[in-house]
Amino acid sequence: MAMSLIWTVMVGAAILCGLATGNGPAVAKGALDGAAAGVELCLSMMGVLCLWMGVMEVMERSGLARGLSRLLRPAIRRLYPDFARDGRVMDAVSANLSANLLGLGNAATPLGLEAARLMAERTPGVASDGLCMLVVTNTASLQLIPTTVASLRAAAGSANPFDILPAVWLASAVSVAVGVSAAKLLARLWR
Amino acid sequence: MDLVFTMLVPFLMLGTALWGMWKRVDLWTALTDGAEKGLKVSLRIMPPLIGLLTAVYMLRASGALELLGELVGPLLSAVGIPAETIGLLLVRPVSGSAALGVGAELIETYGPDSLVGRTAAVMLGSTETTFYTIAVYFGAAKVGRTRYAVPAALCADIAGFLAASWAVRLLFCY
Repeated sequence: MAMSLIWTVMVGAAILCGLATGNGPAVAKGALDGAAAGVELCLSMMGVLCLWMGVMEVMERSGLARGLSRLLRPAIRRLYPDFARDGRVMDAVSANLSANLLGLGNAATPLGLEAARLMAERTPGVASDGLCMLVVTNTASLQLIPTTVASLRAAAGSANPFDILPAVWLASAVSVAVGVSAAKLLARLWR
Repeated sequence: MDLVFTMLVPFLMLGTALWGMWKRVDLWTALTDGAEKGLKVSLRIMPPLIGLLTAVYMLRASGALELLGELVGPLLSAVGIPAETIGLLLVRPVSGSAALGVGAELIETYGPDSLVGRTAAVMLGSTETTFYTIAVYFGAAKVGRTRYAVPAALCADIAGFLAASWAVRLLFCY
């Protein structure tokens, strides 16, 4: 639903603005160019994306995600004091976090949703502090190697598609730190 | 330092391969199965990308993006965010595929190694589709009273956009 609206607004705004500025013919040409660019972009991204999905599959099957989730346990207990004694919740939350870090999006979501369901059992219908924290950490991007973005840059002919990694880590860390602090602060104010 | 990140990919590949062999994973099967998943992902994002790039290219040709950039540009520039990324800021929290389309166009138009191209890439890599995630999580948990989850998540988004712009300026010396 949201997408239908966004798309219609984008196309409508382009046509209106194009006619107003005399760029009408360019808008018409843009539509055709854009459609072709969508296919070209996907094809040129495919190689790098497949390579990384392959490497990540090896990481997943070799138990890296499980090891990482055990490593994260102590930090997670501190982040979710209300659920620190609940083994099922802690398992799901740490597995969700480690899958997020490794960029295993398809594995992270079901684990996160399982954690959310378990947390909501205690306070039906109302988001507890733990559930808010879970949602905030999942709306921040924690992926250590942003494969899709790197493939986008590779497709556009970047000299080194992965040179943005330190910037991505820095920005992600700031974003998560602000989100977690905001959640902890609001937890005290919001009754 | 540059060499480290150039060699990161091949070394990660080798490291993963050695680790996988050590753990007695059927390496080749895992690698090819993963690549097959990559093909499926590519095919899944292709239809929305075609639709969105059509709309974004039309917007770009119409001059609407420049106009929007000029309108709110000074405000964004004042806090260090490149004005050209305004479209990305607007769609990022709402739709992942729209953000990918808008980001791809920015990277293509301004070049992957330019300030705008890099900032767009870092923004894509350090933020998530906030509203979609919130809807999915609270939907699954059947929670209606979301309390402070939305404002806290939006704080994280705004911080992410700002930090992405600053990090690119800082680390690439623009």
